[in-house]
Order: sequence, then structure tokens, then C-alpha cells
Amino acid sequence: MTDTTANAAHFQAHEDHGHHHDADHKPGFFARWFMSTNHKDIGTLYLIFAICAGIIGGAISGMMRFELAHPGIQYLNHWAGVASPTDPAALHLWNVLITAHGLIMVFFMVMPAMIGGFGNWFVPIMIGAPDMAFPRMNNISFWLLIPAFSLLLGSTFVSGGTANGAGTGWTVYAPLSTSGSAGPAVDMAILSLHLAGASSILGAINFITTIFNMRAPGMTLHKMPLFVWSVLVTAFLLLLALPVLAAAITMLLTDRNFGTTFYDPTGGGNPILYQHLFWFFGHPEVYIMILPGFGMVSHIVSTFSRKPVFGYLGMAYAMVAIGVVGFVVWAHHMYTTGLSVDTKMYFTAATMVIAVPTGIKIFSWIATMWGGSLTFKTPMVWALGFIFMFTVGGVTGVVLSNGGIDNYMQDTYYVVAHFHYVLSLGAVFSLFAGFYYWFPKMSGRMYNELLGQLHFWVFFIGVNMLFFPMHFLGLDGMPRRYPDYPDAYEHWNSFATHGYEVMAAGMAIFFINLIYSLVAGPKAPDNPWGEGATTLEWTLSSPPPYHQFETLPRISDDHGH
Amino acid sequence: MRAHGVNGGEMKTLKTLLLTLAAMPAAALAQGAATGGAAAPAAPAPQLYAPTPGIGQPIPGSIGIQPQVTEIGQQALWMHNALLMPIITAISIFVLFLLLWVVVRYRRGANPVPSKTSHNTVIEIVWTLVPVLILLVIAVPSIKLIAAQYDTPKADLTVKVIGHQWYWSYQYPDNGDFEIVSNILSDEEDKKRGEPRLLGVDERMVVPAGKVIKVLTTSDDVIHSFAVPAFWTKMDAVPGRINETWFKVDRVGVYYGQCSELCGAKHGFMPIAVEVVTPAQFAQWVASKGGTMPGAKPAAAPNALAPAPASSSPAPAVPAPAVAGTAEKPATTAQAATQNTTPPAQN
Repeated sequence: MTDTTANAAHFQAHEDHGHHHDADHKPGFFARWFMSTNHKDIGTLYLIFAICAGIIGGAISGMMRFELAHPGIQYLNHWAGVASPTDPAALHLWNVLITAHGLIMVFFMVMPAMIGGFGNWFVPIMIGAPDMAFPRMNNISFWLLIPAFSLLLGSTFVSGGTANGAGTGWTVYAPLSTSGSAGPAVDMAILSLHLAGASSILGAINFITTIFNMRAPGMTLHKMPLFVWSVLVTAFLLLLALPVLAAAITMLLTDRNFGTTFYDPTGGGNPILYQHLFWFFGHPEVYIMILPGFGMVSHIVSTFSRKPVFGYLGMAYAMVAIGVVGFVVWAHHMYTTGLSVDTKMYFTAATMVIAVPTGIKIFSWIATMWGGSLTFKTPMVWALGFIFMFTVGGVTGVVLSNGGIDNYMQDTYYVVAHFHYVLSLGAVFSLFAGFYYWFPKMSGRMYNELLGQLHFWVFFIGVNMLFFPMHFLGLDGMPRRYPDYPDAYEHWNSFATHGYEVMAAGMAIFFINLIYSLVAGPKAPDNPWGEGATTLEWTLSSPPPYHQFETLPRISDDHGH
Repeated sequence: MRAHGVNGGEMKTLKTLLLTLAAMPAAALAQGAATGGAAAPAAPAPQLYAPTPGIGQPIPGSIGIQPQVTEIGQQALWMHNALLMPIITAISIFVLFLLLWVVVRYRRGANPVPSKTSHNTVIEIVWTLVPVLILLVIAVPSIKLIAAQYDTPKADLTVKVIGHQWYWSYQYPDNGDFEIVSNILSDEEDKKRGEPRLLGVDERMVVPAGKVIKVLTTSDDVIHSFAVPAFWTKMDAVPGRINETWFKVDRVGVYYGQCSELCGAKHGFMPIAVEVVTPAQFAQWVASKGGTMPGAKPAAAPNALAPAPASSSPAPAVPAPAVAGTAEKPATTAQAATQNTTPPAQN
């Protein structure tokens, strides 16, 4: 009972909110949405932003899949407006696409949705707080994303060296990103990362302060819902990792523009230094993208099993362990850069350690369901899909953790398959699970269950068709970031492109459901999920009042462990 | 003149080499390399060997790792296929089974009243320790593999591999420090020469079979990565740094790889083709490039200079690239390249 400790009988906010004349008083449209200090409104803005970015990032992946459906360059030259398929401008466009897809999905889709969206919406509510600690800072966290995203999109219209756009890959490795990419596009992309990073750092400060200081009476750390734990760990990862990214890319900027040589060997610099700095940020970043999903899945599994989370403390500290160990494994992204033998052995061993807390989480979710009374509403099927797909992505991670094995896999489609299993089938599945789970709470309307189930199955089949064959391509040696490939790779590439089509159909179902439900969905009750849903958000109305908990809820002790 | 830094012991090994020479093509044939073997005898350098479908290049519709032709590759392949794959498959199926079990057994219809269990210390310890044990089982051969990869035997030949936007060049410091420049072929040229599309190059990196080849990688612009899947070899080519790796291949033939670090617009169009030939053929190839064999008298001429074999290969005689370190460059290749021919001037 530990993570789901709200005891509704003991607090009055729900009954009260209608009686306070100012509790649900909303400002006018402009003030409400453009000068917002309300965590729920800002959360909504983040979610809308993430959906828009996701559409763009997903469309770009569609362009890539269609180009890769068959050997040869079919579309790139047309999109680039050049005649020859082998024109460097056409091939550069490919690199712009992979760069944009990666950056958009990481910084402008997954992170805003998980942390900015669901984090903003539900962390204050779950800890019984009226809002975030720094509401105005919360607002600027969101609004920094708009210029950040604009800079990234705008960079595609200015020169990036060979042709328009930044074609450096999302990793922005020097010296391709310094001496290798003349023109302002890469500067704009770097500045975009600076702004997105600043946005996330401010957000992280806000979450840490909120969670440490604004918990309702009785809500001890060890009674906090697991989603709040996950956001707390994530916020620390952001706070510690993003400044390193900022430093790394600032040195890129000065190398590019002011004649420094941090990454340039001709001036005593070192290109590998950039990779160390980038991955010191980049590896925690992958946990930043998945940890809030862990939290959501814990709630959903518990809710639809009508059973408290199994091994609550183990679950919370497994996330802490993943966060800590996640900081000391970064060079497993760099096994082929010429690391010394001892370095490679250390990073192999350290990386494997992460499998242990991850395994604890997988087995605890299953144990939560064990003995439960399961119903399979849409959020639950997404959570079940998440658990299995994340397991598949996790075990290929164990393969890749072996420095000696990775000599073969590094920079092949095996890696692409691996990180799409943990992100596109892990993080995104948890996002959909959370979206369906909280949609009634956020919008006040129920989604359509049939469309939700259909969305799951079509998407599930689609992404597996899309990403599973990438393991085969990688094992057969196909390098990533290639617009064209030897003919032997055609079979699985075509198959994967068909998978994209199926997935896109799944997304169409999602948007139909979304629009239909927002317009015509039946009104949602306060708690549509029954007795399994025990966190504080389900004690509020759907949607919650504009200001909740004007009288702080008191968390009782009766269900402590 | 004699760039001899690395391979002091070259002479010693030449004798044993000679003994193994005759066996080499036979070994190639024994590996089922029908085309590789067929093309082997008497073809002139460059490009003695035609690609072998299924070896040294991707296999259409394959779901597995390319066949490995180095001992390191064999060791790693074993670790992947016999250790990692069974373990990860078993774990995935185990989790899937548990999920299906709870879905069926504990669905509301079958179990209307949920239990209240939320702790079980024993099982929590078990599912912490068992993964630790599994990881230990993986870690031991994994660490051994890394150790083996870094344990470079005494090198017989050093090749310096330099990445450029967007082609590779190969320097042979032990052989007079000549350099060959390796560019991708056009699709039409690939077809003409029977090369896999996007993998064929005009000048292959040629190395002798059965020898330890030390590879030094670097770059003169951005980061590239030298990768040959069939050797289990991948090493980044980083400007300002020299990385070292090695391989030893016994089977003659040609093995393809592709640049494996994003390096700009034509990243996908700078393939790697390594041609493993008999030491005798290698010596002739070196001579044809104007290089010298270590230990050979620099002035020694190849013993059988023949007219340029323009007709005997579909491969046109590509203009030889700039050669560093030699004043005189033979215009022709040694023709009598049968395996019994003594490599020039080695006794």
C-alpha cells in the first residue's frame, strides 16, 4: 500500500473545491495559456507541444523509411531539389533527416511529454501540493522550448555546409560538427540544444524543490507514489547531466566561431573529449527518457491489478540505482573509439550492472500482477506491451554491453533496433499508457475503449515489424545513418518500411480517438478505474479544479508498511 | 627507404610462410569458396579474387552474423551465438511466459478477489541475485574476449588506414611506405566487375593470408570508422590520433566493410574492401605498387616482369594512385603469380 497512500476519507479538497468561489476561477484565454503559472495548464501545453513535435519527428522517420524501402536513392534528390541521386545535397539531406528525427524525438517529444507534460500535471497532485514550487519558472521552462524548437526547424533552411540543414547526427560529434559543417545551421541546432537544456534544468530545479518541500502532511518520501519518485530521480539526472552537455556544446560553438581548439587536434584539442562529455550527458539522458515511464507503468499495473505495487521500496531504490549507475557507464557508447583495454573492461562490467535494477523492476511489475484481479483496459495493455518490449530492448542492451561483442554491433542497425525497442517501444508505449490512463482525468472525458485497444494492437504489430528486422540488418552488418545500402539488405528494409505503414495506421487511430474523445467522449467520473487507483489525482474531479488542495490533504498512516 | 619499424622478425617467418603457401588456396577451396578459389590462380594483381557470396559481405535476407574468418571473430561469434543468444532468448521467453500466465491466471474472471501481497523478501533477493549470476556467466568470456582483442600478436605487416571525406587510403610503411587510394566504384562498374553494389572499390586494401596484420587508423578530416564485419574488426579513424587494431585471416578472398561513423554527405559511399592473398601474391602486388618487401634488397627487381596483363582480368588497369616513397614504379605486375613462384628476392 505504500506508494498509493492517499486516503481519500481523510481530506476534504474534493468536497471543498466547488464551494470556494475562486478555486476554479480561470483567467482569460491569453493570460491562461500564454502567461500561465498553473501546473496543469503548463502540463497541457507541454503535451500539445510534444504531440506536435511527435508528428513532425514521426513524419521524418516516414521519409527515411520510404527512402530505405529499396536500394538506391529514390526520393532524396527530389526532396532536395537536385537532379542527381548522388548529388551531395541529396545525401546531405539524409543526414539532416536523421539529425532532426533524433533531436526532435529526444528533446521535443519524449522529454516534454514525460517530464513537462505528465510530470507537471501529476507530481503536484500526487504529493498533495497546490502547484509547483516556482510557477513562473515553470512557465519559462515551457516557453524556452518554443524558440529551441524554432531554431532547430529553422536550421534546416540555412546552410549546414554541404547543403541546408545540420547533418551531424543527434550526437553532434566533432569535428564533423565543427570544421566539417560550415554555415549557420549547426550553430542554430547547438543553440537549440542550449535552450532546450536550460528549459530542462529549470524544470528539474522546480521538480526537486516541489517534491522536497511541498509534500502534503504525512506524505513521507517513502510513501510517495512511484511516479513522483521516478520524476525526482529524473530531475536529478537532468540537473547533473545537462550542464555537462551545455559545456560540451558551448565548446563546439567556440571551436566553430571563435578559433578555439577544444576538439581540434591541430590546436592540442581532442575530438574524443567531446564524445566523453556528450555521453556523460547522453547516457543519463536515456534514463531520463525512460524513468518517468517506469513510474507510470507502476501505477497502471497496480491500478488494473487492484493490488498495491509489489516491493515498493525496491522499486523506488531500483530507480535511484539506475540513476546513479547510469552516470558511470557512458563510454559504452564509445567502444570503438580506441579506448584502452582496462577502460573497455570497466565499462563492460559497469554497464552490465544496470541490468540488475532493471530486472528488479520487470519482475516487480509481474509480481504486482501476480495474485491480482486484472482488467485489460487500454492503459493496461499498453503497460503490458511496455514490459515485454522493454525486456526485449533490455536484453539486446546486455549483448551490446560487451565491449568485445560491440566491435561488431557498434554503429550498425542492431544498435538502432536496441534503442528503438527501449524508446519507441519502451518510452513511447509508456507515454501512450499514461496518456490513456490520465486522459479522463486531464480532459474530463473518456476515450473510446475500442479505438484505444485497436490503436494498441495496430501500433504494436507495426513497430515490431518496423524494428525487429533491424536486429537482423545489424547482425548482417548494415551500418546506421546510410541512405542507401548494398542490395543484400533490401529484404528486411522493405519489410521494416511496411511496418512503418502499419504503425502509421495505428497513429491515425490514435488521433481519431483523440479528436473524437475530446469532442464527444462521455463525461469521465472522478475515478474511472475503480479501487485499484489510489493516488491522490483520483480523489479530485475530472478535470481537477483550477486550483486543487487549497486545504492540504492529510496522508494517513493506516496503510503504511 | 626501408620502413621497417614494426616488423623486425619478418625474415624469420618467411620460411614457414613459404611452406604454408601451397596450402593456402586449397584451404580457401575447402571453405566452400568456389568462386574465390576459381578466380585465384594466375589472375594478375590488382584484384585477384572475386567476391564470394555468403562470405565477407552481407547475405540477402540473413538473420545472423556474417561468417567470421578470424580467430577473434570465431571466438566472438561463439560468444554471441552460443552464450548470449540463448540467454537473452530464454529471458525474453521467460518474461513473456510470466506475462501470459498472469494475464490468463489472474484476469478478473479467474481471480475476482485480489491478494494484498506486496512484499516477499526471499523472492526479491532471488530476482536480484540470479541476474547477477547470469551476468557473471556472461562477463567472464566477455572480459576474455576483450583481452584477446587487445593482445596483438607480433605483427607481420602494418597497414596505416586513413579515412578521408569520402574514401579510404592505405599506407604500407613496411613496404616502402607507398599509399593506395581506394574509391567507391559506380553502380555500372560494380556490375561489370561482379562486385556487390556500393561495396566495390577501385583499389582494394591487399594483405597476405596467415599473417598478423596490424592496422593503424587515423583520419585527415572528420571521424570515420574502419569496419570489416567478417573480421569482427571496427576501429574509429580519428583525426590527430592513431588507433591500433589487428586481424589475421587465413582464407584468401575479398571481404567488404563500410564506414561506420557518420562522416558527412557521402558517409554511406566509402566502402572498404580487404583482399587477402597468398604471401607470394602479396609480394607481387607490393611490387606492382612500387613497394618493397622488408628484407629485400631495395634495388632487386621482380624476377619475372611480364607485359601488362590487360586482357586477363575484367578489371581494367586503374591508373595507379600516387605512390609515396619509391622513385621507380614498375609499370607492370608480376605475371607468373602461381603459388610456387618464389616471392622476389627473399632468399
